[in-house]
Amino acid sequence: MIMSIWEYANPRQFMATSGRVLPWLVGLTLINLLVGLVWGFFFTPDDYRQGATVKIIYLHVPSALMAINAWMMMLVASLIWLIRRHHVSALAARAAAPIGLTMTLIALLTGAIWGKPMWGTYWAWDPRLTSFLILFLFYLGYIALWEAIEVPDVAADLTSVLCLVGSVFALLSRYAVNFWNQGLHQGASLSLDKKENVADVFYFPLLVSIAGFVLLFLTLLLLRTRTEIRARRLQALRARELSA
Amino acid sequence: MMPDLGKYGTEVTSAYVVSVVLLLVLVWLSLRRARRVRRDLEQQENKAGRNA
Repeated sequence: MIMSIWEYANPRQFMATSGRVLPWLVGLTLINLLVGLVWGFFFTPDDYRQGATVKIIYLHVPSALMAINAWMMMLVASLIWLIRRHHVSALAARAAAPIGLTMTLIALLTGAIWGKPMWGTYWAWDPRLTSFLILFLFYLGYIALWEAIEVPDVAADLTSVLCLVGSVFALLSRYAVNFWNQGLHQGASLSLDKKENVADVFYFPLLVSIAGFVLLFLTLLLLRTRTEIRARRLQALRARELSA
Repeated sequence: MMPDLGKYGTEVTSAYVVSVVLLLVLVWLSLRRARRVRRDLEQQENKAGRNA
């Protein structure tokens, strides 16, 4: 029987289900990441214009995709917290932030490494690059805000509002190329419209690599959310002990 | 074994090294905190059980 998603708002139910799913997710993540990155690095040809730097696409595109999607997941979780006050959703948003931060950093660094030989510069104040940098700063601010506030529900409220504001930049990061037809960054490498996609020889390993990054995000999200739930219980037990 | 990366060997290799290192650090930090919190919670629950 398929459970309602709201049943996972119960920490006990979430811990039981995530504990069963996690080992499978770890295995799938390792397989997809290894296959995608090894295939991309060792067994794909050079591009006729970019040369071997095209191999950076297997890191840059999936990490950039997850940088934006992690914030979008945090946005949904934050809205659930603000509207329905489910603690697990607030903790899941908190758990996702360091993963998103790392993905954003990887996207920025691999983009800079690729940009130097291709664009002649590590950095340009291009709309997409700039919005990505701002997204990175939002991730830092979000994590810092959680750490700075001791009362968990107040921290969840304020970080949720920050997440709503930051989602503007997460969306801009995705659509900046379309909104402002200027700057160095090219359009999407992948699209549901087949005409816009890269050649198949790059496309399939890229899909596997993206699947690997998505699974890595889910695996770490479950692991970190479980930790946050335990940390919250630990905090409550210590508070109870002090007040006794 | 190593593919011929031509004149972009440094760029491609450094992109992979930087990314893999960052991902490994993220995984390591996540696992380390998970272990610590789990251990502390078990100790606290045992303590609370004894005091009950």
